[in-house]
Amino acid sequence: MKNEDLYQYILGIADNSLILGQRLGELCGHGPTLETDIALTNIALDLFGQTRSYYQYAAKLAGGVKTEDDVAMLREEREYRNVLLVEQPNTDFAFVIVRQYLFDEFHLLLMQELQNSKDEMLAAIAKKGIKEVSYHRRFSGDWVKRLGDGTAESNERMQQAVDDLWRYTDELFHLTKADREMIGQGIGVDVSQLRDTYYNTVTELLQEATLTVPEQEYFQKGGKEGIHSEHMGYLLTELQYMQRSYPNMNW
Amino acid sequence: MSEKEVKNLDAIFEARIARDEKIEPKDWMPEKYRQTHIRQISQHAHSEIVGMLPEGNWITRAPSLRRKAALLAKVQDEAGHGLYLYSACETLGISREELYEQLHSGKAKYSSIFNYPTVTWADIGAIGWLVDGAAIINQVPLCNTSFGPYARAMVRVCKEESFHQRQGYEIMLTLCKGTPEQKAMAQDALNRWWWPSLMMFGPTDAESTHTEQSMKWKLKRKTNDELRQQFIDQTVPQADILGITVPDPDLKFNEETGHYDFGEIDWDEFWQVVKGHGPCNKQRLEARVSAWERGAWVRDAAMAYADKQQTKKVAKAS
Repeated sequence: MKNEDLYQYILGIADNSLILGQRLGELCGHGPTLETDIALTNIALDLFGQTRSYYQYAAKLAGGVKTEDDVAMLREEREYRNVLLVEQPNTDFAFVIVRQYLFDEFHLLLMQELQNSKDEMLAAIAKKGIKEVSYHRRFSGDWVKRLGDGTAESNERMQQAVDDLWRYTDELFHLTKADREMIGQGIGVDVSQLRDTYYNTVTELLQEATLTVPEQEYFQKGGKEGIHSEHMGYLLTELQYMQRSYPNMNW
Repeated sequence: MSEKEVKNLDAIFEARIARDEKIEPKDWMPEKYRQTHIRQISQHAHSEIVGMLPEGNWITRAPSLRRKAALLAKVQDEAGHGLYLYSACETLGISREELYEQLHSGKAKYSSIFNYPTVTWADIGAIGWLVDGAAIINQVPLCNTSFGPYARAMVRVCKEESFHQRQGYEIMLTLCKGTPEQKAMAQDALNRWWWPSLMMFGPTDAESTHTEQSMKWKLKRKTNDELRQQFIDQTVPQADILGITVPDPDLKFNEETGHYDFGEIDWDEFWQVVKGHGPCNKQRLEARVSAWERGAWVRDAAMAYADKQQTKKVAKAS
């Protein structure tokens, strides 16, 4: 493929939205209140909307007869580029909220930079996404505060989720080969530059939520290189079920 | 209040309804009117919420991103319907918690159709086409019902339902224009959803207990059998367009009446599901109870947080 690096770069962004959307989709109808159910579904819908724009673009770059669904659903697990954070399971509502917040804060920083991309399509998708992602971050951030500073039980659950998910945050700022190529061309965002702002903002909010920021030395990585956690295969099994069972059909 | 005064109020009330005036939450109403409306509106709200489950079952497996997003949006609409129906119900002096309690304990009913499993993707099409189609026929007359909040909620609900119905039919159409495997999937879904959809209109008029009173209060404008007939007359030609067969050997257009004659509904099955012994009654209720119980700490925390914020505000002000 002529634009292999751009294609991979797009997947690196789009797969995060796809996989997180898929996780949120599992929750639909099972939330703690109707209002949170509706809000989380909204977020999932935004993420799928963004994903579709990216994949349509990626499919075009790939040429031939590839469609957005081919890109979304017909890759091997090793070819998915999402970070480990977004594929983590819906252990409980605390994990759902913390996973969301830790991603949203990063996602917003990324979109704010990506809107200046030299690639017009990516810039346009980012520009449109900023408003949505700002809302996601406000929703998840508010819930982190609410549950962190709610009851003793909610604080404990939130702390557990923060402690468990923190190890996946560092990967957000890793650069892949495609990242470096695209940064060089003025298309990609240098996410390694976002690290300090991210941790400062997250630390401030966690403290406001009366939660302790973990002091971890060791982090997990691999998603961006297609080496995922053991959860990923099951998630993809559901995601790809129809496309794999009934290949080459229109739905 | 003396008996005579109550009788007088009753008469004024019935006259208002007869004049097509809307009854609003703060208006005087007979206790039976209030209770009947709590029962019907909450049953409707519960149906929306439980109805999220069979369709939610396919969100993670939807065959394309477009279908996945549409299905998510649809299930979200149902949550929204539940929300405004619960709100309409709350204006009658009952809390959402009490209503949930009635659902979870099995005291309150919800539409039996949601006690059937969604086993293939085509079921998502069939539910939109048949179940939402039947729901619309049941619900359109309610846009003019006497209780204001319910009538207004139904206007919005019906608009969205008719969108869902078209979407469901479009899924079926795509399947029927697709491969033989896809068409077989559509036929199989029709086979399984046809009879339960007919049952959505309730028992035959001879067996129906609430009809007369409900007619008077405009909670109902046509009888179960009339609505069922309307559904069949409307749906059979749609199946013809799809090129799939309605699973009723007795189904035949009657030139004399201008309606379709149809076979006997399996009322034993109907009552089995209504009484709580359908294929998924247990799972649906368990899913609702479990979501509620697992969410308890979240709701408690939200309350505690709101209290703390309030205290802070007061402390700041004083």
